[in-house]
Amino acid sequence: MKQPYRLVRARPEPEFEISVDGAPVPAVPGQTIGAVLHGAGIRAWRATRFGGRPRGLFCGIGVCFDCLVTVNGGPSLRACLTEARPGDRVCTGEGGLAVLGEPGEPGEGPGTPHGGQENGR
Amino acid sequence: MSPEYDLVVIGAGPAGVAGALSAALAGVNVALVDGAARPGGQYFRHLPEGFHPGRPGALHHGLDRFTRQWEALRERATLLLGHRVWAVERDEQGVSVRCLEGDREERPRTVTGRRLLLATGAHDRPLPFPGWDLPGVLTAGGAQALLKGNLVVAGRRVVVAGTGPFLLPVAAGLAEAGADVRGVFEANGRLGLARHPLLAAGKAGEAAGYAVSLARHRVPYHGRQAVIEAHGEGGLTHVTVARLDRHWRPVSTRTVECDTLAYGYGFVPQLELPVQLGCATRRDADGGPVVAVDAGQRTSVPGVYAAGESTGVGGAVLAEVEGRIAGRTAAADLGRRVGPLPALLRRRERLSAFARALLTAYPVRPGWQRWLREDTLVCRCEEVPLSGVREARELGATDARSIKLLARPGMGWCQGRMCGYAVACLAGENVSAPRRPIAQPIRLGDLAALTRSPLEG
Repeated sequence: MKQPYRLVRARPEPEFEISVDGAPVPAVPGQTIGAVLHGAGIRAWRATRFGGRPRGLFCGIGVCFDCLVTVNGGPSLRACLTEARPGDRVCTGEGGLAVLGEPGEPGEGPGTPHGGQENGR
Repeated sequence: MSPEYDLVVIGAGPAGVAGALSAALAGVNVALVDGAARPGGQYFRHLPEGFHPGRPGALHHGLDRFTRQWEALRERATLLLGHRVWAVERDEQGVSVRCLEGDREERPRTVTGRRLLLATGAHDRPLPFPGWDLPGVLTAGGAQALLKGNLVVAGRRVVVAGTGPFLLPVAAGLAEAGADVRGVFEANGRLGLARHPLLAAGKAGEAAGYAVSLARHRVPYHGRQAVIEAHGEGGLTHVTVARLDRHWRPVSTRTVECDTLAYGYGFVPQLELPVQLGCATRRDADGGPVVAVDAGQRTSVPGVYAAGESTGVGGAVLAEVEGRIAGRTAAADLGRRVGPLPALLRRRERLSAFARALLTAYPVRPGWQRWLREDTLVCRCEEVPLSGVREARELGATDARSIKLLARPGMGWCQGRMCGYAVACLAGENVSAPRRPIAQPIRLGDLAALTRSPLEG
């Protein structure tokens, strides 16, 4: 069992699935869409208007609006505040941008050119 | 139409729940409103029931006490969870609290009361630095919210950075939950955990608990060091950590590999609603605006009270004490019999003196501005780089408001909640109280449907 689950002796209800750009992602009842995506290693689901920069969770509590997401066709929901529901269809970014996969592995790090800096206007 | 409730409380964190309970126990008809689906606010953020935790308090210090208050309140008040407040108005009869109900349905609803207690809390205060908008860079509170509210660990290899005692529970929580915490980088002095100010206010047990937890997981704690740059292509892979001089100017740097950064430089009280009502503000010990209150937690606006972080950042224990005082004052002002409780007032004085000492011990030093480059985003929403702010200043925009009008920092989705502090610093001024007549996004149709106050006629 996952370590945070052990920490609080959680006995979670069965997971359900939501779809993210068509791919199934598991969720525990009550988790937010932002937490479901972040926990599945999906760290970005939106591209900014000017620079096309990838964005996902930042403040995590509904203040920064970086995690905006389209759910079941409804645009501009804050993923960090919106509870996942069975069968939710999550559509990432207007440009369809999704940075999928696990966080970077050791060795990718040093020497990687600095990202997120270009002013794309 | 007369108001539905004697007292409406906004915020189900420690201040709001204690305030609502104190008033309800004195016979006041109370409604408590909060945007979240569960009580607790940020500090006592609850897990969804879907987890059925056997030890819910493992992630919180002092949760049992809050839970007892919440259970007592459930029997005595109307609890309106899942109600996001976007505006408050006041007239002769009382207050109208404009809400949107449901996290995605957003049904308009107005709650009316004769009196109002604002317990709106605070959010993290991030500083901009190169790469702060890379995915994987989170606020410390955001990492906490993932863990406490969702049982999601923010990352595998995590760096915790910023300033203030809040970094300790964040790092300890992440380590306990299985993250490889690569270090805590506290930009202020080399206080060391043994001399940590938490020890001074009867919080020795809490501080020692975090210290033991960090030691057990071999998490190093570094004073006067900061993350000054985040790197990665599309997501975080490593950060640059700098040793700082006493002004926070970088002295030397090194690289730390990580997939996640959780950081924060203190907190910003959420003042939209008190400012909408015209509540007077004052400068806190760190120069930031907070709601001014009297000894009974009354704001400058008749019938409106405030408690918790919005009256000065001081943590959950102080927030609860302030909430109790506010609830009792409101009850007394509504004609209920409430006896004096001098011990409670003394406790507030002691705790708020400690809070002021903490703000003084963990200031933000101006050297952080040296971490920025010309192309570093200052405003994440409108993607305004430092050069844009500089150009606005060269064009004659010498104050934060003029810079905003020229270069647009603070004009986007977050309305300056993330960059407001930084822009004010770059303009060389103190942060001013936010003027946001709409505190949450609302559909134009719902806004247009409101033609008059429900308290009128």
